[in-house]
Amino acid sequence: MNFKFALFFGLTVAVGAPAFAQKAVEAPGGKYAKEAEQMFRTSFKAENPKYWMTRLEQDETMKTCQQYRDNPPRKIGEKLEKLNAATIRYPVDGKLIGDWKEGEKLAAVGTGGHIGFIQPDPAGRVRGGNCYACHELARKEVAYGTIGPSLSNFGKVRGKDEDTIKYVYDKIYNANAFTACTNMPRFGLHNWVTPEQITHIVAFLIDPESPVNRD
Amino acid sequence: MIRRLMKTLVGVAVFSAFAGGVAAQDSKVADELAKYREALADGNPADLFEVKGESLWLEKRGPNNASLEQCDLGQGPGKLEGAYAALPKYFKDTGKVMDVESRLVHCMMTLQGFTLAEATRQWYSKPGKDSDIEALVTFIGAKSNGKPINVPATHPEEAKMAKMGESIFYRRSGPQDFSCSICHGQEGKRIRLQDLGNLTTKDGAGFAMKTWPSYRVSQGTVWTMQRRLIDCMRQARWPEPAYLADSIIALETYLQKTATGTVMETPGIKR
Repeated sequence: MNFKFALFFGLTVAVGAPAFAQKAVEAPGGKYAKEAEQMFRTSFKAENPKYWMTRLEQDETMKTCQQYRDNPPRKIGEKLEKLNAATIRYPVDGKLIGDWKEGEKLAAVGTGGHIGFIQPDPAGRVRGGNCYACHELARKEVAYGTIGPSLSNFGKVRGKDEDTIKYVYDKIYNANAFTACTNMPRFGLHNWVTPEQITHIVAFLIDPESPVNRD
Repeated sequence: MIRRLMKTLVGVAVFSAFAGGVAAQDSKVADELAKYREALADGNPADLFEVKGESLWLEKRGPNNASLEQCDLGQGPGKLEGAYAALPKYFKDTGKVMDVESRLVHCMMTLQGFTLAEATRQWYSKPGKDSDIEALVTFIGAKSNGKPINVPATHPEEAKMAKMGESIFYRRSGPQDFSCSICHGQEGKRIRLQDLGNLTTKDGAGFAMKTWPSYRVSQGTVWTMQRRLIDCMRQARWPEPAYLADSIIALETYLQKTATGTVMETPGIKR
């Protein structure tokens, strides 16, 4: 029953999504999009230091995703995926799977990176992967979000071969390499976490000893 | 390619085998949250803000020693019924689309003689430092309780503002690639345990907009919509918008237009 449903669902997505994406949808803002961009840029407090303001800059991926409401035509999506795949960098020692215990800590941390004058994070605040904001992981943590799919038992389901390990590393580093305009942040591209930290999160997902695969 | 597709399908099948248990756990969590919210709704501290707001509205203050009773929030001088629910709105006298807070500040300046800096110095409260604006907006908002949100954005300037808000809603940038839409563009999602509304639909935007201004239990004060949206930008890891900035008013116009027809339940109470 579940398999049949999954088969149907899978095919519907595989066949339906590209066709749907081709339908021309007006860019948000329509003819005012340019003016809206100007207005947005000039809406910030003058006291924001310049290096904070650089966070408003958009690369090609961000701009394109905005224009297509995160649902670009397949051709454009493929172009973005290639562009993003080319950004992925690996740890110098080449080891893509680290320590799941470190990964478990990083998965839970949602702080870091907040700026502004009202409630900024204190300097040096640890930044984590904040995985639980969007994904179910270890079953013992019930406060998980549902923006992304459940990753419980990820390693059990997907195995721990080299391809899978590389896939998970790459996905965390730059999820746009696989799905253009995905909701998932590009953790590696933005140096939000280091390549080494990514290997720990990979371990948290894949290591058979990790609570992700044991609970 | 076909092999990859099959692999994906098998993956989905295995995942959906686990999905039954997940759904049960999810609904249990949702039940607990509903109970928590019910408990909160019993005695909303925002009522105190409302009372204080009313006395501030009537009190003669500022260099002109005047009250705010003649303030025109879009329904005519002194007409408060349903005014909040119909904002943001284009105002002829300023030639601008204004939200409740920019209009209130405008009245504090024109009627009472405050400078912009004086009127907005304490636009949000800090521990031990109350905000007049929080109280006044709670009072003004409560006068729309039970009224449908009514921002059809028929004036060209309002329509333009709503479109610009839509553009900002989908705008991605920053070290987490965020936009409003990432969290608020889909149905039935959660971040951690917090339900996320789909703000692109009438139901979703209506559910979100009808309860503002709202008492935030975690913050110990009432938050206005400006405060709420400026905090969204903080959470997106962006720099801080200026209070009363056009980009915030544009987002409000987009959201209120989408929510139009939803009956207000304000002041609200939230986590």
